[in-house]
Amino acid sequence: MSAALPIETIGMTKRFGAFAALDDVSIKIEAGGFHALLGENGAGKSTLVKCIMGFYAPTSGSLLVDNREVAIAGPKAAQAQGLGMVYQHFTLVPSLTGAENLVIARADVPRLIDWGRERAALAAFMAGMPFRLDLDRPVATLSAGEKQKLEIVKQLSLKARFLILDEPTSVLTPAEAEEVLGLLRGMTDAGALTVLMISHKFREVETFARSFSVLRRGRLAGGGAVGAVSRDDMAAMMMGERRIRTVAARSGSPDPDRTVLQLDGVTATDPSGLRRIAIDSLSVRAREIVGIAGVSGNGQKELADVLGGQVRATGGRVAVAGAPYAGTRAESRSRRVRFIPEEPLRNACAPQMSVAENIGFRAFDRRTDGRTGFWLDTGGLRRRARDLIARFGVKTASAEAPIATLSGGNVQRAVLARELTDPVDLLIVVNPCFGLDFAAVSDIRSRIVAARNGGTAVLLISEDLDEILELSDRILVMSEGRLVYETTAAEAEIGAIGRHMAGHH
Amino acid sequence: MSQDLGLWTVPLAVIGGAIRVSTPFLFVSLGETITERAGRINLGLEGTLVFGAMAAYATAVLTGSAWTGVAAAGLAGAGFGLVHGVICSLPRVNDVAVGIALMLFGLGLAFFLGKPFIQPSAPPLPAIPFGFWSDLPQVQAALRVNVLFLVGAALSVVLWWAFRHTRAGLVVRAVGDSAEAARAMGYSVTRVRVLATMAGGVLAGIGGAYLSLYYPGSWNEGISSGQGLMAVALVIFARWNPLACFGAALLFGGAGALGPALQSVGVSSGYYLFYAAPYVLTLALLVATSSPDRALAGAPGELGLSR
Repeated sequence: MSAALPIETIGMTKRFGAFAALDDVSIKIEAGGFHALLGENGAGKSTLVKCIMGFYAPTSGSLLVDNREVAIAGPKAAQAQGLGMVYQHFTLVPSLTGAENLVIARADVPRLIDWGRERAALAAFMAGMPFRLDLDRPVATLSAGEKQKLEIVKQLSLKARFLILDEPTSVLTPAEAEEVLGLLRGMTDAGALTVLMISHKFREVETFARSFSVLRRGRLAGGGAVGAVSRDDMAAMMMGERRIRTVAARSGSPDPDRTVLQLDGVTATDPSGLRRIAIDSLSVRAREIVGIAGVSGNGQKELADVLGGQVRATGGRVAVAGAPYAGTRAESRSRRVRFIPEEPLRNACAPQMSVAENIGFRAFDRRTDGRTGFWLDTGGLRRRARDLIARFGVKTASAEAPIATLSGGNVQRAVLARELTDPVDLLIVVNPCFGLDFAAVSDIRSRIVAARNGGTAVLLISEDLDEILELSDRILVMSEGRLVYETTAAEAEIGAIGRHMAGHH
Repeated sequence: MSQDLGLWTVPLAVIGGAIRVSTPFLFVSLGETITERAGRINLGLEGTLVFGAMAAYATAVLTGSAWTGVAAAGLAGAGFGLVHGVICSLPRVNDVAVGIALMLFGLGLAFFLGKPFIQPSAPPLPAIPFGFWSDLPQVQAALRVNVLFLVGAALSVVLWWAFRHTRAGLVVRAVGDSAEAARAMGYSVTRVRVLATMAGGVLAGIGGAYLSLYYPGSWNEGISSGQGLMAVALVIFARWNPLACFGAALLFGGAGALGPALQSVGVSSGYYLFYAAPYVLTLALLVATSSPDRALAGAPGELGLSR
């Protein structure tokens, strides 16, 4: 295998109008290095890697590959230089098989594809790879972990000698993350590969990276060798002088006599027909947060869709407050159930409607006197929206701005403002903090804990194990559509949870 | 020689009809399969079909060669595909709206330019008499197979193979299923889609040539009874699979022959209903093969049908 590439950026700057997304950033990564790039959302990490990969032309500054200055015009040119990137959002074609994906990614695909020969070449290539993968299945049927491995294999098959990983472990089990990063670290140690990894996880950085850089508001805030700087100092570099609010502590204990949500023998199939869930029994009591941990794609989405009324259960019983519940608007109003799906901008908002209108979705058809009317009380809705925007700290240009113009954290704050103003008996939240920055995360988690302390039953479905451990009273693990493990938060043991997430138990 | 076959004429006519009527369905649906696999919907193929019929007929009249007519129809189809493909590549343009506009434009232009060609007669496309072994004229009529039908049948096999075994096939599927992934691999999504829409136009134009140069074999304004639109529905029913398109086209062609066949054996009550068989079949099949709980299997991800 060819040798690893050294990479260096010198004074890399990218301006969008007057705003400097990246300001004079110089980073040097030696051949065979494993470098971690840390920073909050919007700190400029993705702008930097997009400049390296040629998606953006930097406003000023230069890139040295193998100690020679190069101008990269686009992803194809980057590939020709031996640079590769594994994106957070997968770039595999879902309906094509793994083998087909690997073949068309190449620059020199023959006009007619001789599958006999390609298969033999792929088998020989895979024999030298650290992962085992079934290349004959359509990518859509692979788990998130398998897709991640296939992405990495794809880059390596394209002869990448410098690999950028964008939060590579966010979809993996702890054991899978360990395996993938360990293997990549081994390749860097062997001098075959240089790695630049964007990460939020200090533990991962400390275990696998050799050096790191921290970006804050587009500037290089610090860096050095891993191990020479403490976690607190790394966090300080990321956060700057700001103080962050810590998550409110849980107070009071779950009410043993009031079971709010009860599922018995619920089965369902997702619209693609590929994933099935079978929940034998699940209950959430008042003043309790039940966290469902699991690797992405193990049925959490289907469970949430059943509870939200988007997918019909094929069997079993969903009961809220003792009566069957199907997720209709009337039911959710009378039983006081609120549902916050993942990716709220896409799944819980009308993106082009205003912040005020989006906040009014629960209330617009209900007047203060309880009757429904034909005309909207626009003045009342606007006043209410302004009040909630202020109370929940939603940062927006105005209440009339389209909600799509808000940052992810502020969209989530607006959705919480809508869902948590009235008394709530049951709150179902899915990945509430995915992709949000530190400040927004602690804010939103505090709101959830505050609702629980006020007596709400909370079902928290999250792929972020740290979030589950931090918030839950009781933890369940979902794997391959079933709940396979249960523990109280006090007795939770990461190793056991991780093993069950991975399906080994 | 004429013998009374009784009710046997009905299945025979349906088989003959399936072969005769299915060809335009087959070409349009294969063309639409290519376009939709690349992530675009071209509803304008009805207009392309009729314009292709006119172009083929006019060219055949003027040059005296049916095959030159077919080539002209294909060329005209490519032009319509290019217009659709390019307009839809502009930002904030909806391909369904453009398709409907181009359908009306194609129909209007064909009627306008085709006025002088309603009277003269053009040389027909050749057919191969596979029924030579039989003495029965009905069998002979049913098994007179046009060359274009055989080309279409071969094409559906070739396309099915090409989607798996050629670079172009894989790239079209990639672009249609995930534009983002295709872009990340450095393929030009716009270019692939424009070319795929053009290829679809060529095939639809050739389908039109079959209408005017073989069956029914004349040029007039009522030459197509919505085959171009039904073929689009047929693609969905065939799940974007060229082989299934062939089967579906035969099924629709056979259904279209049911009405006239029943009338010829004297079933006269409600025969208008039998004339509607292909349309009823379209609706029934779409309802039967869909489900409120399932996403459409095999739908290209970029089409926006399955979201």
